[in-house]
Amino acid sequence: MTYLQLFFEFFKTGLFAVGGGMATIPFLREIAEKYPWYTTADLIDMIAISESTPGPVGVNMATFAGYMAGSFLGALVATLSLVLPSYLVILIIARMMTAFRDNKYVNYAFTGLRPAVVALMGSAALSIFKIAFCHDAPVNELLNNIDIKAIVLFIIMFLTMHILAAPRFKRYKLHPVIYIAVGAIAGIVL
Amino acid sequence: MKELIDLYVSFFKVGILTFGGGMAMLPMLTSELVEKRKWVTEEEILDYFAIGQCTPGIIAVNTATFVGYKRRKALGGLMTTLGVISPSIIIITIVAAFLGNISDNPYVQKALWGIRVAACALILEGILKIGRKGIKDAFGVIIFLLAFLAVLFLGVKSVIIVIIAIIVGIAYGIIRAKGVVK
Repeated sequence: MTYLQLFFEFFKTGLFAVGGGMATIPFLREIAEKYPWYTTADLIDMIAISESTPGPVGVNMATFAGYMAGSFLGALVATLSLVLPSYLVILIIARMMTAFRDNKYVNYAFTGLRPAVVALMGSAALSIFKIAFCHDAPVNELLNNIDIKAIVLFIIMFLTMHILAAPRFKRYKLHPVIYIAVGAIAGIVL
Repeated sequence: MKELIDLYVSFFKVGILTFGGGMAMLPMLTSELVEKRKWVTEEEILDYFAIGQCTPGIIAVNTATFVGYKRRKALGGLMTTLGVISPSIIIITIVAAFLGNISDNPYVQKALWGIRVAACALILEGILKIGRKGIKDAFGVIIFLLAFLAVLFLGVKSVIIVIIAIIVGIAYGIIRAKGVVK
């Protein structure tokens, strides 16, 4: 294993995986087949662990794969190579956005884009909800797999944060991490 | 100098509090960047997510670079990017080195079940909040509904949705500017 190969493979992954962390999985599988760093079976564990530890899942998976290839230095090289292309691309786009901020066509484009992105977020949220409330069952099995306990906990938490978000309760607003902690504790206790 | 450190620290916090993909980051971004630091607006976060959908790389990193660039150009972007990836490097290294298969542990499984439920509630609240900024008129409602149905029932890819939304937005803007539609 050379660090140069590691740099090259993860730079490629960062450059060609469009659409977020999950889009890197096909590239990670190719790496598993091409190099002796980790196996496809390892990859499944890596995905599970990356989803269950703090941090964006795409970054976690790259760090994990890099660690398997070359321990700490490997993890560092893989992660930095993964994020380098998007850093450079976004710098260019951010510069362009600053330059074209007052361009009317750019503003028109964003009036169409914003509602569409809310829709994309909504559909991404639905797939997360399916995992949390229906054990990620296929569509025709959703109703048979409903996790009532999860839904009750969800409703309690959502109502709490929704009420506390109202302007008159502003000073009682809780930080998201409180809800995450309560969730973890509830999960162990219930 | 202080702001550069603040940028790193803020994104370190966002990174360590994000469980899952880019979407799960939304509640942390609004709480830390919009409400606490007031570095960006909710509209800008929406724009960054939109661009992140169709540009290479992890959406969390793309968003971080944008916010950093807005405050302190390339150096700011570097600090936020390093901030958001630092927790992963530390935590995953520890997990990979010492803990082995942490996700097989029954207590971890149970805690994760609750964390997922909490994340769902946070995400729904986040979308409702940011949705009010993103959908402002009848045109917005129509675009939202069409895009949502296209993804849900036809499985249209995000990149395609983004490209079509840009074209429709520009076309609508031009038509409206010409006074055809009031």
